[in-house]
Amino acid sequence: MLRARSAPRSRSAPHILPGFSLSLGVSVLFLCLIVLLPVSGLLWNLGKLGPADYLQVMGSERVLTALRVTFTAAAAATAVNAVFGLLLAWVLTRYRFRGRGVMDALVDLPFALPTAVAGIALVALYDKSGWVGGVLDRMGLQVAYTWWGIVIAMIFTSIPFAVRAIQPAIEELDPAEDAAALTLGASPWQRFRLVALRPLLPAILTGTGLSFVRSLGEFGAVIFIAGNLPYKTEIASLLILIRLDEFDYPAAAAIAGTLLAVSLVLLAVINIAQTRLQSYLRVEG
Amino acid sequence: MARRFLIAVAMLFLAAMVGLPVAAIFYRAFAEGWGRYVAAILDPETLAAIRLTVVAALIVLPLNIVFGVASAWAIARYRFPGRRILLVLIEMPFAVSPIVAGLCFLLIYGAYGPVGALLEPLGVQLMFNLTGIVLVSLFVTSPFVMREILPVLMVTGEDEEKAALTLGANGWQIFRFVVLPNISWGLAYGTVLTMARAMGEFGAVSVVSGAIRGETMTLPLQIELLYNDYNATGAFAAATVLTGLALVTLALRGLLERFGPRRAHS
Repeated sequence: MLRARSAPRSRSAPHILPGFSLSLGVSVLFLCLIVLLPVSGLLWNLGKLGPADYLQVMGSERVLTALRVTFTAAAAATAVNAVFGLLLAWVLTRYRFRGRGVMDALVDLPFALPTAVAGIALVALYDKSGWVGGVLDRMGLQVAYTWWGIVIAMIFTSIPFAVRAIQPAIEELDPAEDAAALTLGASPWQRFRLVALRPLLPAILTGTGLSFVRSLGEFGAVIFIAGNLPYKTEIASLLILIRLDEFDYPAAAAIAGTLLAVSLVLLAVINIAQTRLQSYLRVEG
Repeated sequence: MARRFLIAVAMLFLAAMVGLPVAAIFYRAFAEGWGRYVAAILDPETLAAIRLTVVAALIVLPLNIVFGVASAWAIARYRFPGRRILLVLIEMPFAVSPIVAGLCFLLIYGAYGPVGALLEPLGVQLMFNLTGIVLVSLFVTSPFVMREILPVLMVTGEDEEKAALTLGANGWQIFRFVVLPNISWGLAYGTVLTMARAMGEFGAVSVVSGAIRGETMTLPLQIELLYNDYNATGAFAAATVLTGLALVTLALRGLLERFGPRRAHS
């Protein structure tokens, strides 16, 4: 998240530079038309719904299953991203080796690759005729069109969030502390856990949080590989689209509003927790 | 030892999770030979989808640059009530899932929404056509330019701009000769990201496009359509176009980072 702290200070003599009303006017007009109005449209529809109808929509077996599939898959993907995001960030920041540039670019590829392409790529790899899917099939395992496929799609689209959030924090680690721990006879594992991991916690929290939020809302990459069976491998976003195609706008708005609220609350929690954790670690350390 | 092991594990993970799927696209696209690949790309519907995707992105880009520069300038240079709220609102599209974003637009600008219902008697339809695609693309890409420029404006400060003001420059002259050179790298970077995302957006566009074959299908939607039609080669061929675009984006990004000033982590 960007922070807007170091702004002009002089409250007594504001707006010396020209262009205030123009730049603010353009921003506010754009924001109203493109962000505020559409989002308030969703809230307005939610308001029309009423609590009883809302609960009826959200309490249906199909919606509950879709939410459970979405949340558990996002949690699993985030857990993998926490471990491998940290590993990738560590390797990319600390080591210089051949192929590092390629690895660095590969980390960003899921950012740049359209999600529909990501989805179709995963199908190409994991269905029975694919390289990995074929091998798994012979072992009696199936990833494509199951819950596991959803997890893999979510890992793919959200791994860059974890890596790029953790990298700056690793750069800021003080090598002297690690050297001191080494002199004092700490084992590699102790050095990692006590010297490196603790100061990285706020960054890991941000990275995993962002990757979880992204996974909750992921659509393109998931629907290709999910199989999309109602009550089994249907994600919440897809259910919104299905309700829309049935012109059941209130139900679509209810599910969408819930997803939106969860994402915004999570982001706020991450922001607050990160600040708290940072000041706590500073006091402790 | 630990070093080699960690590098090897990291490389294996990336190769398996990211490298292999992308390689699989190209493998599948060319599995039936070059002839089928070229024919799939030259399919009229696919060409129409490519054209629509490019046109929409070219409309989105200038609008977002104006918004991004204006909002970054307002936030960096002035203090006003609601400044922090403005920043939060600008970044909000990052947190909104694409399908939810598309639905938001449908509920307000669609025929049953308040704005859509107002415009319908006038014969203006905003959703299920190019306008709808442009609107949602504006939403999903709106934070990119601002995010790249704001840190630069914060770092450069306003001394040069004030000096220019004292020397008698007017607002546009200050912008053209002082601000623009400072933010040019950030602007270039933001432009690349906006372009790539606008051309690749799938979820939000699929809600508002109306999905009319050969008319309102952007390239990502066309991929899904071909795939559901069991035209695998066509779908993978179309996917190679967008993959190529993503690789160009990454290459441009690399060039900007190498030759541009060192970017601060944001």
